[in-house]
Amino acid sequence: MAVVKWLRRNLVVIAGLLTLAYMILPNVVVMVFSFNKPNGRFNYAWQQFSTDAWADPCGVADLCGSLALSLQLAAWATLGATILGTMIAFALVRYRFRARGAINSLIFLPMAMPEVVMAASLLTLFLNMGAPLGFWTVLIAHIMFCLSFVVTAVKARVMSMDPRLEEAARDLYAGPVQTFVRVTLPIAAPGIAAGALLAFSLSFDDFIITNFNAGSTVTFPMFVWGSAQRGTPVQINVIGTAMFVIAVLVVLGGQFIASRRKNSASPK
Amino acid sequence: MTVTEAPPATEEPPVHKVSARKRLVPYWLLLPGILWLLVFFALPLIYQGSTSVQEGSLEAGFKVTWHFQTYWDALAEYWPQFIRSLLYAGTATILCLLLGYPLAYLIAFKAGRWRNLVLVLVIAPFFTSFLIRTLAWKTILADGGPVVGVLDALHVLDVTSWLGWTEGSRLLATPLAVVCGLTYNFLPFMILPLYTSLERIDGRLHEAAGDLYATPATTFRKVTFPLSMPGVVSGTLLTFIPAAGDYVNAELLGSTDTKMVGSVIQSQFLRVLDYPTAAALSFILMAIVLIMVTVYMRKSGTEDLV
Amino acid sequence: MTQKTEGGDVRLAGISKTYGSFTAVHPLDLTVPQGSFFALLGASGCGKTTTLRMIAGLEDPSTGTVSLGDTDVTHLPPYKRPVNTVFQSYALFPHLDISENVAFGLRRRGIKSVKKQVDDMLDLVQLGQFAKRKPHQLSGGQQQRVAVARALINHPQVLLLDEPLGALDLKLRRQMQLELKRIQTEVGITFVHVTHDQEEAMTMADQVAVMNGGRVEQLGAPADLYENPKTTFVANFLGTSNLIEAEVASTTSDVVTVTCGGAKLKLPNARCQAQTATGDKLLVGVRPEKVSIAHADDADSIPDGRNRITGRITASSFIGVSTQFIVDSPACADFDVYVQNIERDSRLAPGAEVVLHWNPEHTFGLDADQAIDAGVQSVEDAS
Repeated sequence: MAVVKWLRRNLVVIAGLLTLAYMILPNVVVMVFSFNKPNGRFNYAWQQFSTDAWADPCGVADLCGSLALSLQLAAWATLGATILGTMIAFALVRYRFRARGAINSLIFLPMAMPEVVMAASLLTLFLNMGAPLGFWTVLIAHIMFCLSFVVTAVKARVMSMDPRLEEAARDLYAGPVQTFVRVTLPIAAPGIAAGALLAFSLSFDDFIITNFNAGSTVTFPMFVWGSAQRGTPVQINVIGTAMFVIAVLVVLGGQFIASRRKNSASPK
Repeated sequence: MTVTEAPPATEEPPVHKVSARKRLVPYWLLLPGILWLLVFFALPLIYQGSTSVQEGSLEAGFKVTWHFQTYWDALAEYWPQFIRSLLYAGTATILCLLLGYPLAYLIAFKAGRWRNLVLVLVIAPFFTSFLIRTLAWKTILADGGPVVGVLDALHVLDVTSWLGWTEGSRLLATPLAVVCGLTYNFLPFMILPLYTSLERIDGRLHEAAGDLYATPATTFRKVTFPLSMPGVVSGTLLTFIPAAGDYVNAELLGSTDTKMVGSVIQSQFLRVLDYPTAAALSFILMAIVLIMVTVYMRKSGTEDLV
Repeated sequence: MTQKTEGGDVRLAGISKTYGSFTAVHPLDLTVPQGSFFALLGASGCGKTTTLRMIAGLEDPSTGTVSLGDTDVTHLPPYKRPVNTVFQSYALFPHLDISENVAFGLRRRGIKSVKKQVDDMLDLVQLGQFAKRKPHQLSGGQQQRVAVARALINHPQVLLLDEPLGALDLKLRRQMQLELKRIQTEVGITFVHVTHDQEEAMTMADQVAVMNGGRVEQLGAPADLYENPKTTFVANFLGTSNLIEAEVASTTSDVVTVTCGGAKLKLPNARCQAQTATGDKLLVGVRPEKVSIAHADDADSIPDGRNRITGRITASSFIGVSTQFIVDSPACADFDVYVQNIERDSRLAPGAEVVLHWNPEHTFGLDADQAIDAGVQSVEDAS
C-alpha cells in the first residue's frame, strides 16, 4: 500500500519525468549513433563502435558547406528580423497610430499560418517576379517568418518596462539618442536577445519554407532531408550531437555566471 | 500673494501644435517591417489566390480564368489527406497537452533548484536540427528494435493494429509513428507557454484553496487549470497549426498511406508543377486552419497567440 | 502680467493641457518663488501631476508658457531644462548601480570626474556604503533617497517631486518628510512637490496650492488654508470640517448671525466667503478640534457668547491623545468633535445628550451654492 500511496503522491513528477525522457531520447540516440560504424548507406541500426566520424566531421561532400551556409543565413536573418521586429515592437507599445488592429493582425497571421502555405505562396511570388531562387530568396523568407516572433518577444519586454525610466533619463540631460542607447536599449536587451535567439533557431532549423524557395541552394536541414533519401552519413549525428552539447554548455555556463554575479552582488 | 488663477479676461493664449515630425515617428518605425510583411507575406497570398483560379500548363503558361472548379477537384481528390492531417494534428495536440502538462507543472512547482536544468533540457533539443532528431525515431521505432519487441510481447501492437493505428508487428510507416513524431516535434511549443502561465500562478493560491477545503484534485480543477488557460490555448495553437501543415514526419516516419496534405502541396508544387491545384490546396488548408483558430480563440477568449 | 519675478522663480502663464476633449489642466497662472518649498495638493486626477510634468518638459502644454526666471522654456525638451524630477516610484535605472544612477546626469552633460561629487551627494543622503549596489537591493526608503540624490547632484534651479513618498510606509514617510525639508533648507533650491496627502503638504511646504478638477481651488500658506478655507473642497480636503447649512438672520459690519435647526450661531463677517444679506443661505463651518463638548447636565456652566448647539453622541472612539465623538444634532447630522484626553468625562458615552460650544471667532462661512461634501475622502480614494 505504501508504494501505491507514494506513486499517487508523486504521479505528476513521474509523468513529467517520463515526458522529459521522451523528449531527450532522440538526442541520446543521435549521440550514441554518432559513434556507430554502419553497414551500408543508412545509419539506423547499431553495428560497432567507432570514432571515425568524430575524427572527420566534414568528411562527407557538401555537409560542412551546407552547415556554413545555414549558419550564415541564420545570422543574417536574425540580424534583419531583430532590427525590424524591435522597431515594430517599440512602435506598437509606445505610440498611438492609425490601423493598429490591421497591423496587429498582419503580425499575428504569419504565426497562425501553416508553414507550407507561406512556403507555397512565397514561391508563387518569386516565380511570378522571375526572381532567381537561392540565398537571397531564402533570406527574405526567413526574415519574414522570424519577424513576428521577434515582435512578440520584444513587445512583452517593452510592455513591462516603466516609461518613467526613459522620462527620468530625458530629465537627467540625456537627449533622444543618449536615452535610447543608455537606458532603453540596455533594459530592453533581454527581450531583444530572446527574440534574436528564437529567430536564430527558427531560421537555422527551418526546412519547409527553405525547401520551397532555395532552388538549388542546399542548407543544412535540406542536406539532412536529402540524405534521408540517399543515405545518412554518421557525420550528421556528429554535427547534431555537437550542436546539442554546445547549446547545453552555453546555456548552463550563462546561468552559472548569472547566478554567481547575483550572489556576489547581493547584500550580506 | 504670488499666485493667481488666470483671470478670464486675458486673451486666449495661442494653442501649441504637436510637431509633425513627432507624430510620424511610429510610422517610420513600422514602415520597414510592415512593408516586408506586406510584400513577402500578404502579397504572395494574393498571388497564390490568383494562381488557384488559373488554367493552363507549364508550357503554354497559366491564365486567370476564374476556374473555381480547381477547388472542388482538389477537395474531391485529396479529402482523405485533409481529414488525415486534421486528425493527426489534433491527436498530436491532445497528446502534447497530456504529456506536456505534467512536465510544465513539474518545472513550475516541483523542480526546486533543478528547475533551470530541466528547462534547459526542454529547450536544448531545439538546437539539434529537428530533422536529425526525427530520423532518430527511425532507429527507435525500427522493426525488430527493442521498442517494437516490448510492445509486441505485451500485445500492445495487437490492440493498436486492430484500431488501425499500426500494421502487424511494425511501428514504422504507420499512423502511430507519424503521430508519435508530430507529438515529439511540437512538445516544446506546448510546454513553454504552459510553463509560462503556470509559473505566474501565486503558490499561495494553492494554500488558500487547501485552506478553503479543496482537495488537491479540486484545487487543480478549480484553481490551477483555469489559471493556466492562456498557456493551454497558446500551447495548443502553437502545436496544432504547424502540425496540420507538416509533411516532414509523414514523409520520414510514415508511408504512402499516411500522407498528409502538406506532402501533397509540396509534391504538386515542386514535382508535378500543377500550380493551380497546389495553390488551391494550400488555400483550403489556410482557410481551415484560420477558421479553426478563430473559433477556438473566440471560445477561449484570448487575444494573443504567444 | 505685471508681477515682478525674481531670478529663479518658476512662472506658469495661462498654462493648460487638454487631451482630446478632456481638459486635464485649465488655463492657470502660478508663480513659485525662488527657494520656496511649494506643494501642489489634490486628489488623483486633479491635474497636479500634469502641471508638474509641464514644468519638467515631459508634457507639452496645450496653451501658455513656462518660464524659469526670465527664460521662456516652454519649447525646451526636458534634457535642456535646468529642472530635475524625483519620480513617483523613483524610476531608478535597474541596470546601473547606485553611483552610476547618481552620476547619470553629470555624465550626460559631459562631466568626466564625477567621483567626488557622487560621493558627496551619497553622503548627503547617507548612502555612502551602498554605492555599488543595484537599485533592487535597496529598501524603499533608500531608493527614495537615491532618487533625490540623482536629481539634486545636477544643482537644478527647481527640483520637482512627484508623490515622492507615496510608496513608503507611514513611519518612514514621516521621517522622509523631515529629511526632505532638511535637504531643501540646506541646498536652498526651489522644490515643487506633488502630493495627495494633505498632512504631508502642510508639514513640508511654505506654500500649498490645492487643486481640484484641473483648477487651483485655493493657494496660500498651510495655516492660512486650514483656518480660512474658501471653498467646501478645501474645507473638507484639508483636515475635517463640520459644515452646517444655515440661513442669515442678521448682519452687521463685524458679525453675521445665522439660524439653523433652531440654533443661533454667530461668525465674523470677515470670514464669510459669500453674500450675507438677511435670508441668504450660508454654509457655516467649524473645525472639530475647536469645539468643546459638555454633558447636557452641565449646560449652565458654559460661558456666554459662545456658539452652541445641542445633540446626542452616536459614536465615540478613543485615539490615545484625543477622543473623537460623532454627535447627531438637529443642525448637523454627523458633527465631529475632537477632545484632548486631559480629563475624561465618563458620562460622555454614546446616547448621552450633550451641548457643543465654540468661540464664534473660529467659525467660517462658505457659499451655499457648492456641494457640501466636495473633497470628502471616501474609503475608495484613501489609499
